[in-house]
Amino acid sequence: MSGDGVGASARRVGGYGRVTGHQEYLADITLTDMLHVKLVTLDCARARIISIDKTAAEQVSGVRLIMTAEDLPHPMPRFGPQFQDRPVLATGETKYHGEPIAAVAAETKDAAEAAAKLVRVDHEVLVDGVFSVSRALDPTAPLVQDPDLRPDDPLANTNILREHHFGWGDVDSQEADLVVENTYEFPMVTHFAIEPHGFMAAPDGDGIAIWSTIQHPYLLQKTIAKLLDLPLAKVRVFAPDPGGAFGGKQNPKLEPLVAYMSLRTGRPVRLILTLDETFQAVRRASTEIRVRTGLNSDGTLVFEDFESNFLIGAYVDIADRVVTKGNYLAAGPYRVPAVRIIARGILSHTTPSTAFRGFGIPQVTWARESNLDEGARALGIDRLEIRLRNLAEQGEEFVPGDTPADGDWQQAVRRAAELLGWDEPLPAGRGRGIALGLKSGPTTGLSYSTVRLLGDGSVLIYSGTSDMGQGARTVFAQIASQELGVPLDRISVIMGDSTVVPYDQQTSASRSSVLMGTAVLRACQDIQAKVRTMAARLDGVDESEVSVEKGMVYLPGREATVTETLVTGLGPLGGELVGNGEMRKDKDLEHPLGGSALFFEFNATAVELEVDPGTGEITITKHMTVSDVGLAMNPLQVTGQDEGAAIMGLGHTLMEHYIFDEEGRIRNLGAIDYRIPTSLDLPLELRSDSIENADGPGPYGVKGISEGALLAVSPAVGSAVTEATGLIIRDLPLTPQRVWEAMMERV
Amino acid sequence: MRDTLSIEVKVNGIDRSIEVPVHHTLLDVLREEVGLTGTKECCVVGECGACTVIVDGRPINSCLMLAVEVDGAEVTTVEGLAAEDGRLNPLQEAFLDKGAPQCGFCIPGQLMSAQALLDKKPNPTVDDVHEGLAGNLCRCAGYQQITAAVLAAAEVERQ
Ligand code: FES
Ligand code: FES
Repeated sequence: MSGDGVGASARRVGGYGRVTGHQEYLADITLTDMLHVKLVTLDCARARIISIDKTAAEQVSGVRLIMTAEDLPHPMPRFGPQFQDRPVLATGETKYHGEPIAAVAAETKDAAEAAAKLVRVDHEVLVDGVFSVSRALDPTAPLVQDPDLRPDDPLANTNILREHHFGWGDVDSQEADLVVENTYEFPMVTHFAIEPHGFMAAPDGDGIAIWSTIQHPYLLQKTIAKLLDLPLAKVRVFAPDPGGAFGGKQNPKLEPLVAYMSLRTGRPVRLILTLDETFQAVRRASTEIRVRTGLNSDGTLVFEDFESNFLIGAYVDIADRVVTKGNYLAAGPYRVPAVRIIARGILSHTTPSTAFRGFGIPQVTWARESNLDEGARALGIDRLEIRLRNLAEQGEEFVPGDTPADGDWQQAVRRAAELLGWDEPLPAGRGRGIALGLKSGPTTGLSYSTVRLLGDGSVLIYSGTSDMGQGARTVFAQIASQELGVPLDRISVIMGDSTVVPYDQQTSASRSSVLMGTAVLRACQDIQAKVRTMAARLDGVDESEVSVEKGMVYLPGREATVTETLVTGLGPLGGELVGNGEMRKDKDLEHPLGGSALFFEFNATAVELEVDPGTGEITITKHMTVSDVGLAMNPLQVTGQDEGAAIMGLGHTLMEHYIFDEEGRIRNLGAIDYRIPTSLDLPLELRSDSIENADGPGPYGVKGISEGALLAVSPAVGSAVTEATGLIIRDLPLTPQRVWEAMMERV
Repeated sequence: MRDTLSIEVKVNGIDRSIEVPVHHTLLDVLREEVGLTGTKECCVVGECGACTVIVDGRPINSCLMLAVEVDGAEVTTVEGLAAEDGRLNPLQEAFLDKGAPQCGFCIPGQLMSAQALLDKKPNPTVDDVHEGLAGNLCRCAGYQQITAAVLAAAEVERQ
C-alpha cells in the first residue's frame, strides 16, 4: 500500500538525514570548550587496586582532570536500574575486564589518550576470578559482590543474586511415556551496535545537561538527579537517535562519570567509547539450562521442568529482570499441565550482562525447542506436528491465570512451514528445522505524547521514545497522518530532549508502537475533539451533529478537511491546537512479573540448510520467519526489523561468542576477532511474513514486533543440523569448528 | 619531525588546504578538521566499513588511511552524494524507497561502497553487491534492503 497513513510502506521519517550524512548522532555533536575523556582500565578481570599515581599523566600538556575514586563522594555513589550496585568508578577492586578505574579529561583526544596510558595503577591481579556457573556456585569461590551491598539478603554470602520459582501444576506427580532431559548452553555475545556508546555532560546554569546514546532518557534523568541531588527540572537529558541499541543502550552506564567530571571541571566533557570498550560494557547473559520434557507417546506435553542458570556480570544492571522475564515463559506457547521453573541469576567477574533483543527468551527457547525435538525424534513424531498438537489456541490461558494466547499462532506456524515447503521431499544432504518463540511484551508502561496542529495544518509530535532504528518516528507520524489527514512531509517528530518532550517510561520490550502509539493516537483524538468543537461553533450546529474522522470533518449538509476547519476556526490571530495523550499499564503487585504481558511476540522460524562434510560449515539455504504482528503499520519497516532480527539470531547461532582466557580477559575484543553476519553470511533465501489479524492492544490492532524473529533461530538451525548430519550439538555457536569436531568425534 | 603537515585535497568538489596532524587518519580529519561528520567511526581497524569514503574513485576505510596520504587526492564523502540543492542521487533515493536505513549508522559507509561499485560496475548482480559491500557491517542487518536498493539504483541509472 502506498500513501502516508497506517498500513503504508511510507519512507522512514528521519530517512533523509540518514542517507545524506546529516543525521546527528551523539559523536557528531561538538560543544564549545569541550574536554575529551579517556578511560583508564587494567588488562585483567579481577584486581585489587593498591594505589593510583597520576603524576606522569598530569604532565601531559592539555590534561585538565584525572578523576579516580578518591575524587568522588564517599562512600562511592552507586546506581542501577534494579539494584544500586554499579559504582561510578571501580573502588578497591576491579570486578571485570575493562572496568573503569579512572578517567582523564583533556583539551584534545590525543592528550587524553596519552595521559590515560600514563596513569599508573599499582594493583595485584586476583587470579581466583569467577567466570563460570560451576565456579560461581562452588562454596570456595570468592564473592563477586560485597555482602554489605546486599543487606538483609539471605543469598548475600553466595554468588547467586536471586533464585526465582515459577510454574503451575505438580511436575513430580505427572506420568509421562517419555522423559527427555538435557542441558543446553548459550554463549556470551555482545550487542555490537555500529555506533559505539557515547556520553557527554555540561554544566547548565544551576543544573546539568547530559547527552547519551541511551534508550531510556527519563530513567537517566532520574538517575542523575538522584546522584547529584538535583530536581528533575535541573537535569536536562539529550538523547539523539541511537545508531543501533538492541537493549545494550537501555540503562545508564558512564553518564554519572561524565556528569561528575563536568561539574568538577566546570566544562563540557565528552566520552566516546571505542568498539572494544563497548564489548566490555554490554553483553547478553550466557546460560546453562537443564530441561526435562515429559511427553505422552502421541506427542502431548505432560510436563516441562527447567533449571536455568544465567551467568550475569559483576553488577546487576537489568539482568535480574532478564532472568525473571525470560524464564517465566520458559514453557513457551504450549499447553502444558505442569511446569516447574527454577531460574537463577549468578554473579561473575565478567562484563555486566544487560537487556539484549529477546531479553532472556532466546536462551530458554534454545533449550526448550531443542529438547522438544529430541522428544519428537524419540517418539517418531514430525517436529511440526508435535508443535501444532501442543500449541495454545487463541484465547487459551496457557499460563494459568495470565494473559491468554492473543493471536492465531497456528496460522503463523503453518505459514512458516508452508513457506519453507516442510511437506516437500527433502533434498539430499539437507536438513530442516522449525521452532517457535514466544516473548512477553511490556508488563507495565507509561507514555505521554503531545501533538501540536500548527496554524497551517502541519504537525509536531512530541514523543519520548528513542528511535534507534525500529522506526518509531515513522509510525507515530503515520498515526497522525491517518487521524489528522496531514501528509508525512508536513509532520515532524520531536524526540530526545527531556526539557521539551513529555515523559516516557522507556523504549524496550517492543513497546512503543502499542504504548507510545496509543498516546500519540489519543493526542490526535484530543485534537479531533477540539476541531469538532471548532467546527460546531463555525457552523452554529450542535457538537453532537459533527464528527471528525481520518482528517475529515463531517457536518450537517457538508464536509471539510481538518486543515480547512482549523484555518478558519483559528481566525486572524492564527495559533494552534494542542492535544495530549497518555497510555498507562499499571503495576500488578500480585503478578510474579509485576504485571501480565500487554501482548505477546510470537514467531515461527523454519530453516533448511546444508552442512559441508569437509569443513563443518553450515549454509542456510532457506530461512522463513513469520511473526504475529497484529497489524503492520509500516510493512517495509516490519520486514526490515524481522529480517534484521533473524540475521542477528544467525549471529549467535553460527558465529558469535566471547572467548575468555583463564584470567577472565576477553580475548576477542573488537571487529577483527569477533565476527557478526555480513552480506556474505546471509541465507540463500530469507523471507519474512506477518500474520495480521488486527488483534493487538495497540492502535488499529497493532502488537509489538522487532524481537520475535530472533527468538527461535538457534533451535530451528540446530534441529536442521541434526537432520542433515545426525549430530546433536547442545552448545552454541555452531561454528564450523564445533560442527567439524562433532563429526570427527563420531567417526 | 613535524607534528603537522599542510595538505591540498579536494573534498566533495571543493579544494581545501588543511593543516593536519601527521598521525591523524583521514577519518579524524574529515570529522574534526573539515567538520564533515557524515562519515562514521566504529571499529577503527578497517573491519566495519562505517568510515568508507571514496578516494580517487576507490572506496577506502578512512580510519586506515593517514590524512597526509590524501595530499593531492580527490575525496568524496556521503555529504557529496546529493546535489548542492539537497536533491538526492538515485542511490540515496533507492535506499529510502527500499527501507535500507534503519538506525542509519552504517548507511554512509554502505552508500559509499555501493556508489563506488556502481561507478565501476553499472550492472551488478546480487553477488557483486554482496561482495562489494561485504566490508560494510550492518548490525540492524538490513542487508537485503540495502542490496535491493543498490540493484534498484542501477536499474534507474540504466534508464
Ligand atoms: S571505522 Fe573504519 S572500518 Fe571500522
Ligand atoms: S542501519 Fe543500523 S547498522 Fe546498518
